[in-house]
Amino acid sequence: MFRILQITILLLLAAVVHAQNVSRDDIRGLDEQIQDVKKDVIDLTAELAQLEEKLLFPSNTQVSIFVSLAEAQPFDLEAVQLKLDNEIVAHHLYTFREIEALQKGGVQRIYTGNVQTGSHPLEVTFVGKSPSGKEVRANASYKVDKAVGPKFVEIKIAGTESAINFKDW
Amino acid sequence: MYSRLVPALRGATPTPLRTVAAALSALPFALCTAFATAATEKGQLEDLFFGAAMFEAYQENYFDAIVGLDTELNQYRRLDEPELDPFTAHFGQAEFSVGDLELSYRMHREAGRAIEAVLKGNVPRPVRNEAAYRLAKIHYHKQQPRNALHALEMIEGRVPERVRADEQFLRARVYMELGRFEEAVELLRDLKGEASLDGFVEYNLGIAQLKAGQEERGLLELTALGKQRSSDAAKQALYDKTNLLLGSYLMETDQLGLARPYFDRVNLEGPFSNRALLGAGWVEAKAGRYDRALVPWKLLQERKSTNSSVQEAMLAVPYAYGKLDVHSTAAINYGRALDAFGNEIDTLTASIKSIREGNFLEALRRKEATQVKNWVVALRKLPDAPETHYLLDLMASNDYQEFLRNYRDLNDLFERNEEWLGSLTAYEDIIELRRAYYEPLLPGLDKKFRELDARIKLRIEQRDKFASRIEQMLVTRRPEYLAKAEEQQLRLQLRRLHLLMSQNPGGFTRETRQRLARLEGVLSWRLSTEYDQRLTEAYKHLQELNEEIEQLQTVYQAYVRSRQAATHSYTGYNDTITRLRAQIQNTQGRLEALMARQGNMLETLAINELDRRRAQLESYQIKARFALADSYDRANELQEQRVDQMKIEQHRANQPEPLPQDNPPELEEPSDEGGEQ
Repeated sequence: MFRILQITILLLLAAVVHAQNVSRDDIRGLDEQIQDVKKDVIDLTAELAQLEEKLLFPSNTQVSIFVSLAEAQPFDLEAVQLKLDNEIVAHHLYTFREIEALQKGGVQRIYTGNVQTGSHPLEVTFVGKSPSGKEVRANASYKVDKAVGPKFVEIKIAGTESAINFKDW
Repeated sequence: MYSRLVPALRGATPTPLRTVAAALSALPFALCTAFATAATEKGQLEDLFFGAAMFEAYQENYFDAIVGLDTELNQYRRLDEPELDPFTAHFGQAEFSVGDLELSYRMHREAGRAIEAVLKGNVPRPVRNEAAYRLAKIHYHKQQPRNALHALEMIEGRVPERVRADEQFLRARVYMELGRFEEAVELLRDLKGEASLDGFVEYNLGIAQLKAGQEERGLLELTALGKQRSSDAAKQALYDKTNLLLGSYLMETDQLGLARPYFDRVNLEGPFSNRALLGAGWVEAKAGRYDRALVPWKLLQERKSTNSSVQEAMLAVPYAYGKLDVHSTAAINYGRALDAFGNEIDTLTASIKSIREGNFLEALRRKEATQVKNWVVALRKLPDAPETHYLLDLMASNDYQEFLRNYRDLNDLFERNEEWLGSLTAYEDIIELRRAYYEPLLPGLDKKFRELDARIKLRIEQRDKFASRIEQMLVTRRPEYLAKAEEQQLRLQLRRLHLLMSQNPGGFTRETRQRLARLEGVLSWRLSTEYDQRLTEAYKHLQELNEEIEQLQTVYQAYVRSRQAATHSYTGYNDTITRLRAQIQNTQGRLEALMARQGNMLETLAINELDRRRAQLESYQIKARFALADSYDRANELQEQRVDQMKIEQHRANQPEPLPQDNPPELEEPSDEGGEQ
């Protein structure tokens, strides 16, 4: 009985090897073609994204707003709301992965839109939790001065200090 | 079971072990660590778009991150003076990150090219060394250890601190792949205590020592590792795997007495527990202690019946009962096993049918597949979906995972392109709307523009004339230039009178001539005395004129920009959109073909696996049937023997007690033999 079981196991292993070795060349060839198509789609997407930006957000009216976290902040950002020209233009609830990405130094492009040249009031509100679980919320205002070129504004949130800093790029 | 683990020690490659660990996501061989490492060393952000690309990278949105970084890098490379661009601060990191992201996105060739470009470039030694390390990593993951070693040999001097331990660890594993275990042992010994590789160094060191013939050291190393405990599931899995490996190794080498404790150390709730219970039973069975073998096997028998160890235990339990001569219980257990095998064979047959009908691929294409943890297990709950418990081992293998991810990538790319196709149609609508709005407005606007243009030209002409006169006056005093309009008129009148007087000198009285001279004097006096003040005013007027011209030019520029923006918003896109649409459609065709091929490969492997398991169960079924019959026979035989025995005993019990025929032995005379005794 013991021997029978051992033989069965060996047969099974042989079957596994056979199953996993199904035409290695085919696998390699297919993998290379997949890599090629990925590269092509990446290039194509980059071109499409540029076309989209040029068409929908031309530089003379483009305004983009970015969100980042101040360094060394053990703080979980839960939501951010943006009001541009007294209208809510963005309201974002953060996933765990997004929070992690922000904490690692990533910058979220939260809003891209079009405005005329001139000054535009921007209001930012955020809600989050400190490591102790305490709810932290704050808001701040800023004037977005739009000139001829595209306008980029970074909102840096220092959660535990309930502070919001703005930076024009 | 144990024969699956032992080749890791005997053969050249520890790959089967790695595949198990890969399923647990426990090993630090993951590809996506480099850009994360870079992030921990984050400095001041100099380029927002780099930060935005990294935001995607940190979320493992490889595609979006690569697109973002590629765009940034291409724009940067096209700059005339790139060193002035703030992206310069991130250029090196971006190049490496793209390579890493491409690697994570399973674009090994592109990643290799990117890194080789760094190696060929004029870069500092530490950067070259890091690039060589990353290239080696790519080759290693492509199972090309010789190429990996070649890349590692390009490293001269020290690699940057943050990858130093990883580089050493990679080198050791490459040596192990190439059978150079002594060198691997040396490197791994130096790496002991490295926090980021905790456990993995010891594991590989133990295996390398065993393979290098240092059995005692290897066993000690692995035993020490296996004795550790952790609340981290991944780490505990590594310890369990170590114990299972050692237990199997010792059983294979007939060191049964030593093997059992290793199996016992494996966590009963962990992923290796079934195999450990089976192994523990076999250790006892091999030693002939079938009653003890039953303890782990019976525990295993009650677990999920799709697991191959559990199925093996279903046969092993009655086998042990048989060995203990409890044939009736053995027969009952064989019966249970037969029922279970029958059900599982039906499930497997239905699963194979379901895969052939395309349900498996359909389930894998669902969005939840990338979002829900243990999706592979969860998808079995979908209607008509296959029983995926049978596919867990297969799906945990590196190859299958690669196919699966590639399939999902292709599906994702296909869906993205479909969205772009929809967007392009929307863009065409937008362009047409804009054209319809702006084109009728432009002639009227152009007319106004021409008027404005004429006005600006006039003002500029006036300004230029005025400015040149003021310049002249600054050099030579010319009061007449600053005469007002009525004064100019008076000057002309006086000049005319002078002319008349000169033509007819006798026709005018002296008094008249004196009067004319006085008038000229008054005018000249006024112009001379007010000259400075008038010059200042003239200068102010010139400034005002300049301001007016400036304002007009601002309006002019704004008009030019607005007109350009208006026309640019709908002209020059058609050809681009047509070209891009054609490219997308062409790519969609390629994606569909590749998805079909990759999907077919996934289905074939899954069906092969299910077929294999079904064949295994069928073979178990046959054995169980024979064993069941045998157990019945033996049980009957035993039963008959017992009945006979009972009859004999009954018969004996029914017999009257016989009278003693002989004297009691103590009354017998002692014989010679008895005396000698």
